[in-house]
Amino acid sequence: MSEKKVERRDFLFTASYAVGAVGIGAVVWPLVDQMNPDASVKALANTEVDVSSVQPGKTITVLWRGKPVFIKRRTPEEIAEARSVKMEELKDPQKDEDRAKNPEWLVMLGVCTHLGCVPLNDKGDYNGWFCPCHGSHYDTSGRIRKGPAPTNMEVPKYEFVNNNTIKIG
Amino acid sequence: MSDHEYVPKSKFGKWFNDRLPLLSLASHLADYPTPKNLNYWWTFGGILTFCLITQIVTGLTLAMHYIAHADMAFESVEHIMRDVNYGWLIRYIHSNGASMFFLAVYIHIFRSLFYGSYKSPREIIWIIGIIIYLLMMAAAFMGYVLPWGQMSFWGATVITNLFSAIPLVGEGIVNWLWGGYSVGNPTLTRFFTLHYLIPFLILGLVVLHIWALHVPGNNNPVGIDVKKPSKDTVPFHPYIVLKDGFALLMFTIVFAFFVFYSPNILGHVDNYIEANPMVTPAHIVPEWYLLPFYAILRSVPDKLMGVVAMLSAILILVALPWLDTSKIRSAVFRPLYRQFYWILVADVLILGYVGAMPAEGLYLLVARVATAYYFIHFLLILPILGFKEKTIPLPLSITEPVLVGSPNLATVKKKEGLN
Repeated sequence: MSEKKVERRDFLFTASYAVGAVGIGAVVWPLVDQMNPDASVKALANTEVDVSSVQPGKTITVLWRGKPVFIKRRTPEEIAEARSVKMEELKDPQKDEDRAKNPEWLVMLGVCTHLGCVPLNDKGDYNGWFCPCHGSHYDTSGRIRKGPAPTNMEVPKYEFVNNNTIKIG
Repeated sequence: MSDHEYVPKSKFGKWFNDRLPLLSLASHLADYPTPKNLNYWWTFGGILTFCLITQIVTGLTLAMHYIAHADMAFESVEHIMRDVNYGWLIRYIHSNGASMFFLAVYIHIFRSLFYGSYKSPREIIWIIGIIIYLLMMAAAFMGYVLPWGQMSFWGATVITNLFSAIPLVGEGIVNWLWGGYSVGNPTLTRFFTLHYLIPFLILGLVVLHIWALHVPGNNNPVGIDVKKPSKDTVPFHPYIVLKDGFALLMFTIVFAFFVFYSPNILGHVDNYIEANPMVTPAHIVPEWYLLPFYAILRSVPDKLMGVVAMLSAILILVALPWLDTSKIRSAVFRPLYRQFYWILVADVLILGYVGAMPAEGLYLLVARVATAYYFIHFLLILPILGFKEKTIPLPLSITEPVLVGSPNLATVKKKEGLN
């Protein structure tokens, strides 16, 4: 059987399978892709937030793409604490300078990188955030310090439109 | 008594059966030769069928009133509870029915573990059973999301986030599952669709499960092959039908107790608070039947490895027929396995308990030890035990142990008395 020479029919079989596979793929892909975020979900890509009333040391939580975003106006002590940490001590090393362009304002997704719970403000062993679900501790820069979460809380794309308004997204 | 050619009595019956042999099938099911020593642990297959049908019937009726929309789901469930005629009853049967279903399936699985029902030639029955169990967990999880309470929302968030542990494509998969950037309305509507679909998939697999069972026939407490039909077997109807029926009656008493006297005891109060994406409840716990696996997830400090451990804990069961190297099926004749069996039962109960407790301090330590033992049981103890264990001699037939003068009478009586 194996040494049988290639016939015209073998070519026809291979060609038919190939066309069949492309056809099935073309039908399956729309059925799979329909589950991805749709146009209306993507349209809600950015949010503007007025932060003029936030006092130092306070955190406000706003909703962006269905997820909470923490906007914290940090006190000088909290900034100092975040900036004095040695990189070796961090599980996911990142400088506070890179996380908060304007040191007074920390903007990040209020979503624990472990399994997506919302951490609690001003809690935990590092005076930052504590996730009640599985016990992850974050510092005043939102960096993971202890617990099962693999990475720091994510900093979304944002910019100051003016002194009082932050545009997220 | 069994696979003889069945000929319907009536002329119409014969005409119909020649074209579609449904009556032959019914006759096969009624006459199906069953080992006559089956005990009450063997009645849970019937009980599980009852549970599945109960869930499908109550689910269909609930779907007539429920609205799968993030803004209306919570309210529509309250509408079912307060306004719909007998809506409270149907919903409580459905929600407690899920717990009863898992209670029965755990007894069914542990019966299989004790009497070695997963061993050759019943591996396919066992594997189909594990697939049914996985689908049950998926259906139960998605069903729990539908009322759109706080536990629904955050349970959905935590469980779907398990997929984010997959390197590189994890986040894409999670967004695909959600249909957005967080759990939201698209997630709810697709969960409703799948929750509606899965019970019918289970129903199909149950047919295969029973079909595969009817090839070798039932295992039995002695665990030896039974000639069928013979004096060792009885026809399924009326003997097993009545025994199953009686056990089902007892089971429904327990079921009714929960439905009528403590319908919310197995749930969480937080689920009567509408879903709020801004606030996570202080203590997220899954439903009781998922707690052992949740404990395994949390006992591993690394995110990806935690997810891998949890999935392995379930999938390891698929390999069980080959991990257990002992040729002897029933634990009645395996003095060492019997002890390890009960340690495993205790281990799973401990995992369930610590799964409900906060993951810290002593609880975390216990969870880690219990998780390690779970895997040691399947990966080390079972393969080694098959070679090392000195088993008790098997009787020649299932009737022998009960006949006077049997050489095994004393041992078997003594051993069975211990169980």
